Amino acid sequence: MEVGLVLLPLLGAVVAALVRSRERRAWVVPAAGVLHLLLLGGMVLGNVRSGRGFWLRLDPLATVILGTISVLFVVAAFYLPGYLALRRDRDDRVFCAGLLVFLAMTSLLALAQHLGLLWVAMEATTLATAPLLYFNRTARSLEATWKYLMIGSVGIAIALLGSLFLAYSAHVGGAEPSLLFDDLLAGAGSFSRPWLRAAFVLLLVGYGTKMGLAPLHTWKPDAYGEASGIVGALLAGGMTNAAFLALLRVYRVVNAAGEGAFARELLVFMGLVSIALAAVFVVRQRDLKRMLAYSSVEHVGILVLGIGLGGIGVFGSLLHAINNGLTKGVLFLSVGNIHRAFGSKHLDEVSGAISRLPVSGSLFLVGFFAITGSPPFGPFVSEFTIVNAAIGGGHAVAGTLLLVLLGIVFIGMGSTVLSAVQGRPGTASAGTPYKDDLARTAPILVAAALVLLLGLWLPEPLVSLLERAAEGLEARP
Amino acid sequence: MTHPVDILLVLVILLNFLVLGTPSLRMTIRGAALQGTLLALLPLLVHRGFGWRVAAIAVATMALKGLLIPGLLEKAMRDVHIRREVEPYVGFVPSLFLCAVGTALAILFSGNLPLAPEHAGTLLVPASLATLLSGFLVLTTRKKAISQVVGYLILENGIFIFGQLLIEAMPFLVEAGVLLDLFVGIFIMGIVINHIRQEFSSLDTELLSELKD
Repeated sequence: MEVGLVLLPLLGAVVAALVRSRERRAWVVPAAGVLHLLLLGGMVLGNVRSGRGFWLRLDPLATVILGTISVLFVVAAFYLPGYLALRRDRDDRVFCAGLLVFLAMTSLLALAQHLGLLWVAMEATTLATAPLLYFNRTARSLEATWKYLMIGSVGIAIALLGSLFLAYSAHVGGAEPSLLFDDLLAGAGSFSRPWLRAAFVLLLVGYGTKMGLAPLHTWKPDAYGEASGIVGALLAGGMTNAAFLALLRVYRVVNAAGEGAFARELLVFMGLVSIALAAVFVVRQRDLKRMLAYSSVEHVGILVLGIGLGGIGVFGSLLHAINNGLTKGVLFLSVGNIHRAFGSKHLDEVSGAISRLPVSGSLFLVGFFAITGSPPFGPFVSEFTIVNAAIGGGHAVAGTLLLVLLGIVFIGMGSTVLSAVQGRPGTASAGTPYKDDLARTAPILVAAALVLLLGLWLPEPLVSLLERAAEGLEARP
Repeated sequence: MTHPVDILLVLVILLNFLVLGTPSLRMTIRGAALQGTLLALLPLLVHRGFGWRVAAIAVATMALKGLLIPGLLEKAMRDVHIRREVEPYVGFVPSLFLCAVGTALAILFSGNLPLAPEHAGTLLVPASLATLLSGFLVLTTRKKAISQVVGYLILENGIFIFGQLLIEAMPFLVEAGVLLDLFVGIFIMGIVINHIRQEFSSLDTELLSELKD
């Protein structure tokens, strides 16, 4: 069954590459996305379980992350036909296939129960996104792709070294030569500690690069800044969550070996550094997409901070992975529309977005309030949980720092977003014929509704799923 | 220094210095190619029993790291008529110095890591870390796209050396990991290099500096 979640999008990619008609090709992507979501939903509801020892398994952690990615993908995929209708100048064959390969590889990553397979999937995800970034074929997108590939490949190489260190730690400890996470968790007690610590540092650097944790985030503003709305949404909401999951899998092993305290300290540190750096760069940021990139740096920081704080922070962090993923979908897709209408994503040219594009402009504003943790949206609940974990769990300094930094980000982003959406559109923007229509706004509305819903009401099955996933991460030896 | 593995590893470390110290792109590429060829012999020396599997790793490594990838890079170099790395971000002498410091730190750091009995006394871990650091130095201090790819290649060589520690326990991870990463990484970067060349008629990554805050 699990294999289906990987093979289905791959099959979709083949179909997308073979279909000749542009209209039909654009619809292959949402069709495959919906089938993927249905299959995943069926497996969760049908309680499909495969036993220990399998290389692919849909455990609670994978369900949380892959569920988010699948929903986000469907939202972005329904936006796709409307987007591609405006991009008749480009051959979109590779783009459509690449999107589906990305979905297949993130599914593989989420389900992988093997250290080596996890790494291979991360590598494949990176490669699948490179052509998506280069879709515009401009000098700027080429620069972004080059940096993305160079920094990403180094990150992945370091993650490979970390995986080898982890394997050697098991080898020195005299464990059976197996890299299945079940076996690693069972034998973790005997692992060689110095190697294990070094392994965690390397894996944090490696997968942290893919997540975009500061100071390993330098590719992010360039890549997100040059990516189209769809790709930005999938990178910020999908790729970061997938890399986060990879890090969590490793954290579990380190925790089971009794080195959890060491790992949590590092996670708290990296988390706070990322949030602080984002707070510095988000203020006075005049490029809307680069602003969102720094917001993404902030939120991956919040994710690892929650894990590092432990206790209820783990629950909050997993919930935040869902909220952040969906909200990034709202923000990137609506900013994509704004970019098209004004022919720019820079505050020099963008103003009065709400009067030029009533729906997209308002959705962008809603996305801003949601991502900065304003009630009644989903991120408020998860960020509040993490702040609670900090203050209740004896990390008063971290908690205070977090609150101050969140305040700075709110003000910094707020001044940029408000000057983009308020006022009258400048004369320069009148040139583009772009108008809001259903095809390019309905998917964003759905994502925004989900973000609002998650803020108002957490369904019982979701809470119990998150609790089971958090339990697996909290398990102490 | 009696162990043949150690003699090989010392040569590998010396090649790190060669690559970092030369402005000639051809020398850089050939240094990395020679390093890759030497490393291809490593599995044969570390792994005592001579099996088909080890032989296959050695042959594949030699073909990829020693011939195919350096060949592609030399072709790219000829196509754009560039010969030298001019004005790297960090000069040649300072980068040699950094490489020496890195190598010393690698030796110190690996002293703290306990080795399995069968690997005790070899230079595998320090050589691996030193090579990794040199690759990272080349990658970050050079401007030409080709030099950066060579840096990545050397970084991968460092990981390959470390992989030898696990070649008996988990051969599959080592083979698949290193070769896949290398092949795909370089292959895709090769494509991007090609696009950079078409776009700018040059391979200077300084031209790629429009995006910044």
